[in-house]
Amino acid sequence: MRFEGTDSFVATEDLKVAVNAAVALQRPLLIKGEPGTGKTVLAQEISKALGKPLISWHVKSTTKAQQGLYEYDAVSRLRDSQLGDARVHDISNYIVKGKLWEAFEAESAPVLLIDEIDKADIEFPNDLLLELDRMEFYVYETRQVVKAKQRPIIVITSNNEKELPDAFLRRCFFHYIKFPDRETMQRIVDVHYPGLSHLLLHEALTSFFELRDLPGLKKRPSTSEFLDWLKLLLAEDIGPELLRERNAAKLIPPLHGALLKNEQDVHLFERIAFLARRG
Amino acid sequence: MFLAFFLALRVAGVKASLREFLTLQEAMAQGLAGFDVEHFYYLARVTLVKDERFLDKFDAVFAEHFKGVLQPPAEATGEVAPHDIPQEWLEKLAEKLLTEEEKAQIQSLGGFEKLMETLRQRLAEQKERHQGGNKWIGTAGTSPFGAYGYNPEGVRIGQQESRHKSAVKVWDKREFRNLAGDAELGTRNMKVALRRLRRFAREGAAEELDLTGTIRSTARNAGYLDLQMVPERHNAVKLLLLLDIGGSMDEYVHLCEQLFTAASSEFKHLKHLYFHNCPYETLWTDARMRQADAVSTTDVLHTYDHTWKLVIVGDAAMSPYELISAGGAISSWNQESGQVWLKRILDAYPKAVWVNPAPERLWNYTQTTRHIAELMERRMYGLTLEGLDQAMRRLMH
Repeated sequence: MRFEGTDSFVATEDLKVAVNAAVALQRPLLIKGEPGTGKTVLAQEISKALGKPLISWHVKSTTKAQQGLYEYDAVSRLRDSQLGDARVHDISNYIVKGKLWEAFEAESAPVLLIDEIDKADIEFPNDLLLELDRMEFYVYETRQVVKAKQRPIIVITSNNEKELPDAFLRRCFFHYIKFPDRETMQRIVDVHYPGLSHLLLHEALTSFFELRDLPGLKKRPSTSEFLDWLKLLLAEDIGPELLRERNAAKLIPPLHGALLKNEQDVHLFERIAFLARRG
Repeated sequence: MFLAFFLALRVAGVKASLREFLTLQEAMAQGLAGFDVEHFYYLARVTLVKDERFLDKFDAVFAEHFKGVLQPPAEATGEVAPHDIPQEWLEKLAEKLLTEEEKAQIQSLGGFEKLMETLRQRLAEQKERHQGGNKWIGTAGTSPFGAYGYNPEGVRIGQQESRHKSAVKVWDKREFRNLAGDAELGTRNMKVALRRLRRFAREGAAEELDLTGTIRSTARNAGYLDLQMVPERHNAVKLLLLLDIGGSMDEYVHLCEQLFTAASSEFKHLKHLYFHNCPYETLWTDARMRQADAVSTTDVLHTYDHTWKLVIVGDAAMSPYELISAGGAISSWNQESGQVWLKRILDAYPKAVWVNPAPERLWNYTQTTRHIAELMERRMYGLTLEGLDQAMRRLMH
């Protein structure tokens, strides 16, 4: 059972090694990288490639580690007790299972995606140390130990908004998805738009990498934005000739809104275009 | 295995732990690296490096170490440990790649040892040439192995020749260089640093369930459920930000902008005012510092009481007169000297720090910077993540 990328996802050699190591040694895999380099998609693709179900846990700033294990709904139990509901006698009726519990319980080891772990409070990863390490936890209310039937494949993504604690990192494999080079990019596009004319792709890639190299951009366009842009180009039926018109007035690539998401960046780009036109 | 490499990593500041090293061993034992150098590199990277800032260091150590191992360096540095491993490494490599006949041929050539020695030299040679920027070409003409098809291209180390070439390049490329070291400060990172400065208090609309309150009032209500709500917790820290603007601060504008963006989103109670070089009797609410935006410093001291925390951002570099003598200010006539005003401000705000965007190593070269640091009782911190972090800790002290 090796991960070799899928027909919709181009995995570089180092990424394959990272994923396979994590799968073989059953350690969580921590993925970082520029936004839009396919961190979240990776988990979906692993689940697809290995034929395992995917359980996603999207972390928000208010997410607590406990919510991934289970939650005890005290308020509805209190309410039921006043209404005289029979359910009230069994506390397990009010235990709401979290994503980790779900993953531990699954019959075949699933892929568990813990998305954007850095969004949560700084203590969040620490609260999950034991659970990720031993793959078990204790439910106080029902005095039961939930233990993973099979250790799930855990993929954790981070956007680096907060530093993760050392103890947590020690337990993970770490992979930094670097921005794909031109060659990889070509393969990625081939996967997404198989019928794309070679000429258009060439021109689009040139424009794109030129744009990315522009110094001073606040947010450099990423792979996913490039793919969106290509889609737009195709939809608008813009040919390679138009992209190639790099002279004077046409310095800004058509439909640049898909690539530049920041007002200041667009301004910067227009200024440079203006200077180029004068010069 | 690879203990020396592990130790070299630690010496270089890649803080890999024993646990991770054991994980690597486990992975090796499971044959995850195969006998491919490139895979070993990826595997070691994925297990030992946990922060993209260290990727470049890792690459450097990897290149250095395995170069040093393949051909012992002329002068052994104290840090690079002995090279007992590559022998096994090379043997395995050869075992995998050579057929039985080839091995027999080796025997006739003077044995395995001899081959290994040559192979080792070959690899080191390749490394050097590669660094020199040339593509490696098998030196078949001079090689005793050439005739037997053993020029290193023929041996095909790492099985695929093209892959091997790129394997050498992978860590030599040092692609992660720009992620290394003092990573540029993004506002998000600053926010994280500023988050140290949090004192929670509940005020505003009641939105959260107050569990203790609910239990208490339910008990009082003869057991009939009575839900109680409380307002969400908010950061109650009050921050007064004084920003130096213009002149020598121009080169730090971008940095200060970031700090300001980060601060304004983190603190609900934030008041910012501007000054030029040193605060005197007047402060400005706008960076353009027009007459209409001027406020009296005394008024400010009276409006915002000592519960506010003060952060002054400035490079503290000015002519000494601006600080120590009356009338020394460059923008207007000041009745009292800059240091008198500074002292007055510091007396009003016991919780105060000075954040200096100039590089810390330059502070000692500027007389006024030293002087102000003294006035601040050494509460001057650099405008770096680490400096901010220390400054915020100091403010919470």
